[in-house]
Amino acid sequence: MATSNGALKRTPLYTVHRESGAKMVPFGGWEMPVEYAGLISEHQAVRKAAGLFDVSHMGELEVEGPGALRFLQSVTSNDVARLVDGQAQYSALPTEAGTPVDDIIVYRRGPERFLVVVNAANIEKDLQWLLARGPNDCEVRNLSDRYALIALQGPAAVSILQPLVSIDLAALRYYHFAETEVAGRNAIVSRTGYTGEDGFELFTAPDDAAPLWRGFIETGRDKGLVPAGLGARDTLRLEARMCLYGQDMDEGTTLVEAGLGWIVCVDEAKGEFPGRDVLARQKKEGAPRKLVGFEVIGRGIARHGYPVYAGEQAVGAVTSGTYAPFVQKNIGLCYLPAARTEVGTEISVEIREKKVAAKVVPTPFYKRPKNA
Amino acid sequence: MDPQDNRYTQDHEWVKVAGDRGTVGITDYAQKQLGDVVFVELPEVGSKVEAGKRFGTVESVKAVSELYAPVSGDVVEVNKQLTQPAQGAPTPELINTDPYGQGWMIIVKLADPKAVASLMDVAAYQKFVASEAK
Repeated sequence: MATSNGALKRTPLYTVHRESGAKMVPFGGWEMPVEYAGLISEHQAVRKAAGLFDVSHMGELEVEGPGALRFLQSVTSNDVARLVDGQAQYSALPTEAGTPVDDIIVYRRGPERFLVVVNAANIEKDLQWLLARGPNDCEVRNLSDRYALIALQGPAAVSILQPLVSIDLAALRYYHFAETEVAGRNAIVSRTGYTGEDGFELFTAPDDAAPLWRGFIETGRDKGLVPAGLGARDTLRLEARMCLYGQDMDEGTTLVEAGLGWIVCVDEAKGEFPGRDVLARQKKEGAPRKLVGFEVIGRGIARHGYPVYAGEQAVGAVTSGTYAPFVQKNIGLCYLPAARTEVGTEISVEIREKKVAAKVVPTPFYKRPKNA
Repeated sequence: MDPQDNRYTQDHEWVKVAGDRGTVGITDYAQKQLGDVVFVELPEVGSKVEAGKRFGTVESVKAVSELYAPVSGDVVEVNKQLTQPAQGAPTPELINTDPYGQGWMIIVKLADPKAVASLMDVAAYQKFVASEAK
């Protein structure tokens, strides 16, 4: 699916992005649109109407066979047995230390057929990790080249997509998906997303991506649909307190520390998986540190890597930080020692050698209105 | 769009001279490269700036960009509208919408008004931008 300019890979939507005047940047080995009309306008459009994202660089691994469910139970943190056909779950591939190799979404397409969607930067790493765990009575395949992925996110997403599909979207629940047709082209329509809004992620054949994208832009215009880039994707997900692997968590932070204890199932019925003991103990007793949200009180934008202080003591660094366009505050995430994580705790962030006041706040920073 | 009377630097700053005063800002090319400006840090009135040295910071959502003084002198005025207006919220987006007008940043009492002549004129700057742009 990826054509290349020699160094960077391109998705099937590359030409469409260039035509719409997108600002293209290198991202994890891909040439991707960071913004079109402007990051802030795109961010606001997703919160108020809808935005269209090209996330075709993400990876899709298939796990298929009679042993697929058992294998996935043995390598993921969440309870795969809870899934029914057409249901998905947010999960992770943990190490023996209970830290993630990657965060993933597992889709059950059938009792012996699962799709695992992984971060673009980790496709090869995840594939090798799974193969090394010894898939028994099932096969693991990298199908990333077979899928383009378009995300349609925002309160207007349903009204934009419904005319193009025969299924009743009102009946498609959050974290469920349907294998159907969009504008006459085969697609997996998944009610998932990375923005904190209602919306869909559409897995399509690479050749169908550009016609579908253009169709959406055309038919969605009246409802306020705009193309949105990776810039807005990042500010949207941070407002919704969604982690970015590689920044907010990595193989050095446990899933419980990252605030993802809710995707860790230590029930006996699920069985053993790497890191189960560490994570079970941390779920019960707490972890030594926690990923918390903060708001900058003084003047300045906290960014990834900026040192964080509790009083005079250096306690870590900002994992993700930005100016948040919808809530209109400077926000961020950082790991703090468990004793310092109470909401209201005063901390400071070092911005260009000056300590700027901040405080721990509840997350998510933004929650979409009910029935939106 | 780049005013004829301004002088320009390779850091994409402009200076407009009137007598011994120079008004400083960033160019239209610079604001386009930055994207939506959300934060600006400027020096205090009374501080000194030195040509080629950093005098502040301008930030978009995604990027932090240093500001380099095109001229040397004393800061006599600062555009507080961009940073901390007496009333209401700062409007750093003026740098995007009006980089040569309401997006002005500081006014400097020039140490050497003649030094400005060594900076690029508008034609030289536009040629420079053309060679920089992909």
